[in-house]
Amino acid sequence: MIFEQIVFFIAAIGALAGAAGVVLLRNPFYSVLALVGHLFFLAVLFLLLRAQFLAAAQLIVYAGAVMVLYVFVVAYIGGADEPLGQNIPGLRPLGVLFAVCLLAELCIAVIGSGLQALDSHGADIGNGFGTPSQIGSLLLKQFLIPFEAASYLLLVAAVGALVLARKRRGFEELTGEGGTA
Amino acid sequence: MNVTWYVVLSAFLFAIGAAGVLTRRNPLVVLLCLELMLNAGNLALIAFSRMWGNGDGQIFALVVMVVAACEVVVGLGIIVGIFRRRIPEDVDALSELRG
Repeated sequence: MIFEQIVFFIAAIGALAGAAGVVLLRNPFYSVLALVGHLFFLAVLFLLLRAQFLAAAQLIVYAGAVMVLYVFVVAYIGGADEPLGQNIPGLRPLGVLFAVCLLAELCIAVIGSGLQALDSHGADIGNGFGTPSQIGSLLLKQFLIPFEAASYLLLVAAVGALVLARKRRGFEELTGEGGTA
Repeated sequence: MNVTWYVVLSAFLFAIGAAGVLTRRNPLVVLLCLELMLNAGNLALIAFSRMWGNGDGQIFALVVMVVAACEVVVGLGIIVGIFRRRIPEDVDALSELRG
């Protein structure tokens, strides 16, 4: 389908440009905005892959909530431009070289893969593929333990963030008050 | 579109994210580049899920999104802590984990 190809290439170029923007822009605030654009185009790609629920979750949870958190933190610590100098010279070209090697390795792994299905459009799927009802039934029937583990992980992260963000000596003041009262 | 296109695109995004993690010095931008890498992984998972016509990969991607959210929360908490203690926001200067 020509329409699918056009949408794929627009979304792929947008996603690549967003990713390049995150890495190349020197102001952290613009990096966050580039990531929002990247996530939007990634949601379009998810839609092309018939992952409707994940595309919606990506837009709402990621581009909505998580990025707002980033913007708040950038505003709080002040989005100062990064210093250009390098403490250890020659480290940056080495990092880029490593990334290029990683890309070459991944591409060799994908192209040299013996998976025949990679060169197909994918298996035939029914109408309900990727809908919230399918995801929900999979989560509650087949993947209940990972689902519960993920919820515990979120709880642990929330408590951890509270501990990290509390004022120093917060607990000691509390126990001190308890001692006098 | 063949699934290969999606997987190669995710390899490109992953490599860009890795380059960012290795070259940027602001810890906030390093976290953003980690997000890029996680999302590239998600794209590959969803592409494989489409390839097999099976929803399991989408569940895996959902769990990756949960893990990414936790990573953001804890990472941003640490960055705010770094800012409060007036330590320079530079991953080269943050070579000690001592509180």
